[in-house]
Amino acid sequence: MRAAVVVFPGSNCDRDLAVAFKAAGLQVDMVWHKDSALPQGVDIVGIPGGFSYGDYLRCGAIAAQSRIIGSVKTHAERGGYVLGVCNGFQVLTETGMLPGALLRNAGLKYICKTVGLKVETTQSVYTEGYDAGEVINIPIAHHDGNYFADNETIARLQGEDRVAFRYTDNPNGAQADIAGILSENRRVLGMMPHPERAADIGHGGTEGAALFRALAGAVAAA
Amino acid sequence: MKARVHVMLKNGVLDPQGEAVRHALGALGFDGVKGVRQGKVIELDLEEGISEADVAQMCEKLLANTVIESYVVEIV
Repeated sequence: MRAAVVVFPGSNCDRDLAVAFKAAGLQVDMVWHKDSALPQGVDIVGIPGGFSYGDYLRCGAIAAQSRIIGSVKTHAERGGYVLGVCNGFQVLTETGMLPGALLRNAGLKYICKTVGLKVETTQSVYTEGYDAGEVINIPIAHHDGNYFADNETIARLQGEDRVAFRYTDNPNGAQADIAGILSENRRVLGMMPHPERAADIGHGGTEGAALFRALAGAVAAA
Repeated sequence: MKARVHVMLKNGVLDPQGEAVRHALGALGFDGVKGVRQGKVIELDLEEGISEADVAQMCEKLLANTVIESYVVEIV
């Protein structure tokens, strides 16, 4: 039951993600982007939110070339779990581990508020703790969260039931209201909203906690 | 040798920044601007022996995200 959280220069949700993993019963190691390998026995890799490398070039583009990313890819190829939140989602698209890209918000503004998310599928270890169609309230905080992919990719994601979450009221122009998507093997999740910021009573909401509980439960059962 | 890489959002990819610039130009009284697309220019100072094909590789791997962007390499 081990998680690793990757830390880049400019990550700022790394500790929040670690706290959420720990609260779900996971042992957590922080991993520096220059490390060449993940700790032995890691089940879940978390790619946190923030502004890795100051969002230079494109959000997540430089982080996607970090040394540790090779091990993260190998981990995913072996069927390991990877959760990318916000900047972590941007990093996962830049590495090609998830399809599409995150563009500047259609309204050009940085948006920081709690939004409604519809759980689109319960067929993943991240979402099986929710009911299908359930609406949960989770904070977003991003400037580049406008999900884009070509029509073929969007159709494939929908056809394969890989849209994990949709916005109930699209805040950023994302195609098909997409807030989070799963990889082909359903073990990699990228999402712009921050479930780790709604995982403790002190956050003002706890509707993200079920994601971490379900994930930890799946690892424990494996 | 220097290379100049022009990176642009692909046609069909919404460019909200370009749109905002277009609106601002209209507000300044510059009529007749039908569209604005904003991209970036990256200049590379290269050692001898680096080819245009090498620069194209750099674009594919890092300088452009070919999911949303196209690029043109200019040797200057």
